[in-house]
Amino acid sequence: MSTTDFEARLRAALHPVEPPEDFAARLERGLVNLTELAADELEAWELSAMRDPRNWARPVAAAVVGAGAGTALVVLRVRGRHRRRREQSANVLDLAERTVRDLADEARRLLPRGD
Amino acid sequence: MPDEPVPQAKADLDRSFSELYRTHLRDVYSYAYYRVGNHHDAEDLTEQTFLQAYRHYERALRESDGRPLRPWLIRIAHNLAANYYRDRARRPESAIEDAAVISAPHTTETLVEGREQLEEILAGVAQLPDDRREALIMRFALGMDNREIARALGKTDGATKVLLHRAIKQLEGIVGANGGGPAAEAAR
Repeated sequence: MSTTDFEARLRAALHPVEPPEDFAARLERGLVNLTELAADELEAWELSAMRDPRNWARPVAAAVVGAGAGTALVVLRVRGRHRRRREQSANVLDLAERTVRDLADEARRLLPRGD
Repeated sequence: MPDEPVPQAKADLDRSFSELYRTHLRDVYSYAYYRVGNHHDAEDLTEQTFLQAYRHYERALRESDGRPLRPWLIRIAHNLAANYYRDRARRPESAIEDAAVISAPHTTETLVEGREQLEEILAGVAQLPDDRREALIMRFALGMDNREIARALGKTDGATKVLLHRAIKQLEGIVGANGGGPAAEAAR
């Protein structure tokens, strides 16, 4: 086998990989609606969370993330888990609680560490 | 010049980013997949790459001076992949999940033989130093030319050419030592 043949095999081995269809659609929806999603979702979370004083500290974590792509990433990820939270929730308040907790966890994951 | 784009400019910017995304999703995903070795983490890395790209898109457009943005996207993925390994203190655990798929029609015998050869090559790629492995992924999986690879890796065109040449030679040596490749076949 010549070097040219070897390169042909290398090309065959490292062929382009198509992303899963559902992933591509999910990511595209998320990107296209990024700005609107961030505003809507954060507003909804704030309203739900502020009804319960135990949750007052949690939206702060989201606010700290700021209005940049950090928020967008939090929103996209947390929104991606919305269906699972809905299935696990006993009622609307429980869903709001789970959403805020998920948001806070995700925000903590993305916040720059203090060390 | 205002810091924030006016609404129409923002809409144009989003439309333009959408096109960039559609054009290069497969490139970014392929790169991510060959870096992390599985679909789950490749999805995560691809998502983070485009979100990061969206955040800096306006500036990248300004500074690109009309040059293609694919190297910039791959550089983002490259940096995120480096963080991925650093944060999780891990590297691909094993051979890539199911990358050695041969699309051309073959008989069963040649299919098995071909698959084995491709798997040997992939195993060899995994043994290469990071910069050589990445250069090969960019060249062969993404079809990037030397100049694009140079921009993605932050190297000169000349250094990239040498890097690719050495990567292929080293891979030939690895595969040859395992019983495949030009060196081993010439010896038969």
